Formats: sequence, C-alpha cells, structure tokens
Amino acid sequence: MAHRIAGKKELGPDVFWARIEAPLIAKARQPGQFIILSINNDYSERIPLTIAGADPSDGTIELIWQRVGKTTAELADLAEGDEIANISGPLGTPTHIANFASVICVGGGIGAAPLLPIATALKSAGNRVVSILGFRSKDRLILEEEFARISDELIVTTDDGSYARKALVTEPLAEVCGRDPKPGHAFIIGPTIMMKFCCGVTRKFDVPTQVSLNTIMIDGTGMCGGCRVEVDGKPKFVCVDGPEFDGHRVNFDLMIKRMNAYKPQEQQAHEQYEQHRCRIGLDE
Amino acid sequence: MTHEQRQELLESLLAKQKAGALKPRDRFDIPPQDMPEQDAAVRRRNVHEVALGYTETQARLEAMRCLQCKTAPCVRGCPVRIRIPDFVAAIAEGQYGRALDIIKENSLLPAVCGRVCPQEVQCQETCTVGLRFKDVSKAVSIGRLERFVADLGHNGAAAPAVAPPTGKKIAIVGSGPGGIVAAADTRRAGHDVTVFEAFHKPGGVMVYGIPEFRLPKAIVHDEIETLKTMGVRIVPNFIVGRTRTIEQLMTEDGFDAVYIGVGAGLPSFMGIEGESLVGVYSANEYLTRANLMKAYSFGSGADTPIAVSRRVAVVGGGNVAMDAARTAVRLGAEKVYLIYRRTEKEMPARVEEVHHAQQEGIEFHLLQSPIRIVGDENSRATAIECLRYELGEPDDSGRRRPVAIAGSEFRIDIDTVIIAIGNQANPLIRQTTLSLEFNKWGNLVVDENCRTTMPGVYAGGDIVLGAATVILAMGQGRIAAAAINSDLADEPQ
Ligand SMILES: Cc1cc2nc3c(=O)[nH]c(=O)nc-3n(C[C@H](O)[C@H](O)[C@H](O)COP(=O)(O)OP(=O)(O)OC[C@H]3O[C@@H](n4cnc5c(N)ncnc54)[C@H](O)[C@@H]3O)c2cc1C
Ligand SMILES: Cc1cc2nc3c(=O)[nH]c(=O)nc-3n(C[C@H](O)[C@H](O)[C@H](O)COP(=O)(O)OP(=O)(O)OC[C@H]3O[C@@H](n4cnc5c(N)ncnc54)[C@H](O)[C@@H]3O)c2cc1C
Ligand code: SF4
Ligand code: SF4
Ligand code: FES
Repeated sequence: MAHRIAGKKELGPDVFWARIEAPLIAKARQPGQFIILSINNDYSERIPLTIAGADPSDGTIELIWQRVGKTTAELADLAEGDEIANISGPLGTPTHIANFASVICVGGGIGAAPLLPIATALKSAGNRVVSILGFRSKDRLILEEEFARISDELIVTTDDGSYARKALVTEPLAEVCGRDPKPGHAFIIGPTIMMKFCCGVTRKFDVPTQVSLNTIMIDGTGMCGGCRVEVDGKPKFVCVDGPEFDGHRVNFDLMIKRMNAYKPQEQQAHEQYEQHRCRIGLDE
Repeated sequence: MTHEQRQELLESLLAKQKAGALKPRDRFDIPPQDMPEQDAAVRRRNVHEVALGYTETQARLEAMRCLQCKTAPCVRGCPVRIRIPDFVAAIAEGQYGRALDIIKENSLLPAVCGRVCPQEVQCQETCTVGLRFKDVSKAVSIGRLERFVADLGHNGAAAPAVAPPTGKKIAIVGSGPGGIVAAADTRRAGHDVTVFEAFHKPGGVMVYGIPEFRLPKAIVHDEIETLKTMGVRIVPNFIVGRTRTIEQLMTEDGFDAVYIGVGAGLPSFMGIEGESLVGVYSANEYLTRANLMKAYSFGSGADTPIAVSRRVAVVGGGNVAMDAARTAVRLGAEKVYLIYRRTEKEMPARVEEVHHAQQEGIEFHLLQSPIRIVGDENSRATAIECLRYELGEPDDSGRRRPVAIAGSEFRIDIDTVIIAIGNQANPLIRQTTLSLEFNKWGNLVVDENCRTTMPGVYAGGDIVLGAATVILAMGQGRIAAAAINSDLADEPQ
C-alpha cells in the first residue's frame, strides 16, 4: 500500500508541502493529529509529521515539513508521482476544540503548519481567533494568506525585521494577553525553546496554554516510551497522551536535552545522505 | 563425544531395539545431547543465532532417551498439548515428516516454540527422565527436537488447505503469534481473513522484541508468507482504534468477527528519580531500535540511531532483560550489568538464556535494586544508585521475600540504563471501543472460548493474559479461531 505523492511544492527555503494519497487517514483524521512515515523499506527511519490538512473526498492528506536532517531531506527530494512506502495514522489525541470566546494561536516557523488546522477548527467553533506567526526572515514566511483568511486578527513577526514587525513572538503575545478581556486560551506550536518562552508569558498573564510537543518517536503507539516527557514531574508519552499538553506543566529543559541525544548520529546520517546525493548528481 | 561415537552408539541402540532388547536402562545411559552453539567470544560480536541446532544423529539419540511413558506427563506440561511421545518416537525412527505433521496438529509455529518456549517450566518440567535424574536439565530436550524437525521441514512445507469460501469476513488485529494462528485457523475454515498490523512489518514481538540471535527473523517471515499463500490479506500501518475503530470494521466495513491480539505494549517504568534522563531506555525502545529498525547497522544501511554505550545497566530478570543485555553486548558495550531484586533461581527468564548471558560476560548483580539514576549537567545518565537486599522470611507462596538492607546504597557508573521490568496493557483499544470490558489491570475480559463481552469480538495473547508466552498466545489464538468458526457456522446465513 504505497502512498503516491499527488502534488508537491517548495514553500520557502527548506520548507516543503505535499499532498499525498492516504484515503483512510484522510477520512479519520482530526485537528492536532499526526502520521508516522518511512520512505523506503525496513531500514528507513520512521518520522512523525503533523497532518496539516486533509480532503476525505479525494483521499489525500497534506504535509508540510522542514528539511532538517536525513529523512526530511530525502522526503524533499521526492517528486510528484513518487511513492512513500509506509504511512500510519492518524496518531495522537485530537485537539480539544471548544468555544473559549477568544483564543490566541502562536506559530513559530514550521509550527505554523500544524497550527493551521487547529486555528481553523477553533474559528469554526465560534472563537474570535488572534494569530501570531513568527519567522526568522521574510524568505521563511509560510501560510500567511491561509492564516489571514481564518483569523480575526493576524500579527506577523520576523527576527531580523525583513518583513512585517521586527520582534520575537513573545512580544506581541504579551500585548495580546494584556488586553481586556484577555484570551480564553492559548495554542502554541513551534520550536521547543520558543514554546518554553511563550509559556512563560502566558503563565504570567494566567492564560491557560496548550502546546504541541515534537519529541523523538519510534512506534507512535505507546509501545516504546522513547517519546516520553515530564509533565508535572511524571512521565507522559507524547504519542498517546499527547502531542498536546498543558504548557505550564511541561518540563521543557529536560525535553530539550532529550531531543539532542542523537545529534552526532543524526548529523552523520545526514552528511552521508548529502554526499551520496552529490555523487548521484555527478554520475548523471 | 565425537560424531563417529554418536553414530556408533545410535546404531547399536537401533540394533538392540530391533532385537527387542532395548531396556529403559539403556535409554537412561544415553548422554543428554547438548546443542552445538556459537562460541561466546565470537557471538558477542555478531547478531547470528547462538544455538545452531542438532545434527540428525544427535536428534535421533536424544529422541531415543524418551521412555514413551503411557501417562505422558510431558503432554500435560505443554499448553497446546502436543502429542510429544508420538512425535519423539517418529524422530527416533527417522520419520521426520511424520514427526512434523504430529506437531502441526497442535502447534502452527514449531520452529518458533522449539526456540523460545520456557520448556523447563512446561513440557520438560514434568518429563519422567528429568525426574529420574532429579535434574530438569537432563529431561528429554523436547523443544530442541521440535526445532530440529521444524527446521528440516521448513523449505517445501506446503501451506495448509483452505475450505471453500463461506462469504464471512474476519479481521485479525495484531500480527503476533496469537494473531497469526487465529488468521490461519479461520482462513482454513474458508473465511475471508484480513490481518491489520500497526507496524510496517508483521510478526509482533517475534520481530521487534525477540532478537535475531535467538529467533532468526527469516523464520517469522516464512510463517507470514505461508499465511499470504493461504490467501490471508496483511495490511501493515493500520492502527485499529485510530485508522478505523472496531465498531467501524464491524458496522461499516462488513467484518463478521474480530480477533484482538494487540499484545501488552506499554512499558512500565520504576517511578524512581532520573528515569527521564538521556540514556535511559525502556527495553521495548532499545530492542525495537536494534531489531525492527536494525540500528546495529546504523551508518551502513539503517537510519535509526541508538546510543553508543560503554557501560550499560539493565534492570530486570526476565527474557526481555536478558535480550536487552545481550543486545547491548552485541552493540559494543564494554560492560553490561544486570540488576535483579531476587536471586538467579527466581529469574523468570528461560534458563538457557540466563546461561548464555553469563557466558557472554554479562555481570549479574543479584539481590539489588535501583533507587535513583544520577545525571550530569546535560541530563545524561552517569550512574545508577542501588540498594542491596537479603532474603527474608518465606511469604505465602513459600518464596523468601527480598528485604532491603538499610544503609547499603552504592553506585555503579554507567552511561545507559535499560528498564526491563514488564509491560502494561496498551490503552488504545480500551479508549476507542467503549463496549469492551477490561479488568483493573487493563486486560481484556474473555470467557473460556476467548469471547469478549462484545458480540463478534474475540481476544487472546498478552492483551488478555498480561505478559505471557508465545505458546500461550498461540493457544488462545487457536481457541478463539475455533469459537469464531463455530459461532459463524451457527449463524443463520
Ligand atoms: C507529533 C509530531 C509532529 C511533527 N510535525 C512536524 C511537521 O508537521 N513538520 C515538520 O517539519 N516537522 C514535524 N515534526 C518534527 C519531525 O518529525 C522531525 O523534524 C523529523 O523527524 C526529523 O527527521 P530527520 O531524519 O530529517 O532529521 P534528524 O537528522 O533525525 O534530526 C534533525 C533534528 O530533528 C530532531 N528530531 C530527530 N528525530 C526526530 C523525531 N523522530 N521527532 C521529532 N524530532 C526529531 C532532532 O532533535 C534534530 O534536532 C513533528 C514531530 C512530532 C513528534
Ligand atoms: C524481548 C522479549 C522477549 C521475549 N521472550 C520470550 C521467550 O523467550 N519465550 C516466550 O514464550 N515468550 C517470550 N516473550 C513474550 C512473547 O513474545 C509474547 O507473550 C507474545 O508475543 C504475545 O503474543 P500476542 O499474540 O499477544 O502478540 P504480540 O507479539 O504482542 O504482538 C501484538 C501485535 O499487535 C500490534 N498492534 C498493537 N496495537 C495494535 C492496533 N491498535 N492495531 C493494529 N495492530 C496493533 C503490535 O504492533 C504487534 O505487532 C518475549 C517478549 C519480549 C518483549
Ligand atoms: S510447544 Fe513448547 S511447551 Fe509444547 S512441547 Fe513444544 S516446546 Fe514444549
Ligand atoms: S515424559 Fe519424557 S520420557 Fe516420558 S514420554 Fe514425555 S518426553 Fe518421553
Ligand atoms: S513513540 Fe513509542 S511510545 Fe511514543
């Protein structure tokens, strides 16, 4: 049951979008859920990616990913019509969507992708949606139009000021949280360090906050415990208990350290892949 | 004993038997046949199977040790009641095909069970020969004989015959040993059978848990191929409860019966300080990375990394702990410690694996238990702190309970800790199938025919029994299949 890539494009430097055939997952998925894929065979790594969108009528799901290492690079090198060997899902507990009157959604970089279906569902549930999207620079900007369409208010920031407002997302976040009435709930997805600092802000303003954690995973079904994080001092499995958690209870510092556990090996795999790729390029 | 000596002994025994002069005494005098195995120093550095299997002469000699007891106490020790004296007699006569047929009446996976059954507490525990020598290790090696004929018959073995189509559809959830047997037995009855597996490769614990050096993956692969030849559909990457729920399978997808064999997959942790540190693994994660994802060839084919460990502490005393410890050795660890709260006698692991682990240089720390894992400023595990225990008064079961010795704390320097203290039931099916009844440990409640509380839904294996064995899971898969076949036959068309 290989999965054909029905469409693919590059959204920006190192950021890719694809529409992929996976009819059962397209039908079953809910906002906040993810898939695990492996590209080729027995030896491929299994990586989790959020389902950024789905169309049950034509049986496709959308993925948006950033090229950070070997597997995401391999994925980026596939073209329309190519196939992905294994996709399993939808995994994870769906986001609890409710009417909180008003919500603040914060997406950092590629985190905007998994945030979009959640923000869309929150809007449909009757919330006033304020969105903040933060990027390193203008060329990294993604999904601005999509967010503008479903948000009542959209604030875009860049770290270097090359587009929109020059700031880190924590700055506008503090402003929105300081309004009266303050948002009923915050939804934050992005790099772990960004989520950590955003949670610091929402804690100060006492705004309940949900984060979506992107730990290392293997099976995604609760079998290995490799994805565990400390929440309220207790181990939780991101793949089955999450990926969303109360951001004010997550031990982010420990999580960051656990995610770096395989850095040297990941680098090795990525370098080998890039070298291999260059060699293929030369042969042609 | 050399090969020639064995051959000579066998011939003289056969001649005696032909003359009707073979006495039980002669049988007792046959030396128990050891299994040839890879040398410990060599196998520490490879992932190939440790035990190499009997030669034909060895198998026949071992089979001649059987007394053909009228009451066959060994059969009562086997959970699936294989006709042991009959298949052993067939081996003694050199009738290997017949021996395999006899085994296959009751066990679908003899090449697996012959390798991984805890024979010393099952069929071989009650063997008369072992009792005579007051030593269970001198019992007839039933498991090794089973493996011998299974391996011989492996190529060429035809797939079982399938009855004409019944028009009924069966869903098997999980492709572990229970699921494989349930699939084969319902398919034989002519039903249309689909196996749904969460992972990208079928086989359950037999592929992602039990390592290659104990159970070559090719054996499991062949069994799966047999299922396919029989016309069973296998759907990988399908997570029942997420991709489709059991209700959807039954009401929307037209399945008439469902067998749940999802195993016991949620690893237990100890609840001690430091368990979230970098370098602390559940045995499931460690073994999955090593087996299923082949992390042992990271950098030369496989993409899934595993920690490069020098000093490893494994906590636990079961098969899973032995497998994790021995895998760590093969992945290049210099020192592997096995920390267990009781003594070697109480270890639930197969005796053979305990011996193999010791031969491979794993250092046993018995009557010790961890109280805390210590980490450095980067949250990497650096040491494990343990407490010593002594055996106290016997408890109700007659076993002497380990009691902590106050003030006996000490540290072992390590860089990796593998926790192998058991699994709990995975809650996914429970959370997504509200009409099923579970007990307080999260295991499915079934009747003696493996029927759950939901009509048309059956279950077996670790999700019912808690942590069990391959043969028990197989046994339940068979009982459930029989119930499915008879319940569906009773149904009006
Ligand atoms: C629930 C969930 C949803 C996710 N959704 C998305 C998404 O929609 N788009 C997207 O671009 N990324 C997403 N990620 C992260 C994505 O899985 C990783 O970027 C990917 O696994 C990296 O693989 P690699 O081989 O390319 O890089 P590697 O070389 O393996 O690693 C590069 C970097 O990624 C981190 N990483 C490595 N393996 C994993 C892993 N299995 N899971 C998470 N991080 C890892 C490492 O810490 C390292 O910093 C998600 C992660 C989770 C857990
Ligand atoms: C390391 C280790 C060593 C062992 N050693 C021995 C030994 O030497 N001897 C012995 O007899 N026993 C041993 N056991 C125990 C034995 O393997 C198990 O008792 C047996 O495999 C249980 O079989 P099962 O049929 O319940 O399924 P399992 O083998 O547990 O397989 C269940 C399958 O279901 C799949 N699954 C789970 N959830 C879903 C879902 N929602 N949808 C679809 N599929 C799903 C899983 O991915 C898995 O493939 C060992 C176990 C381990 C972990
Ligand atoms: S199946 Fe297991 S218990 Fe039964 S006879 Fe074979 S080895 Fe012994
Ligand atoms: S108990 Fe032992 S000796 Fe007796 S029939 Fe069984 S295997 Fe043979
Ligand atoms: S990824 Fe294995 S338990 Fe979550």
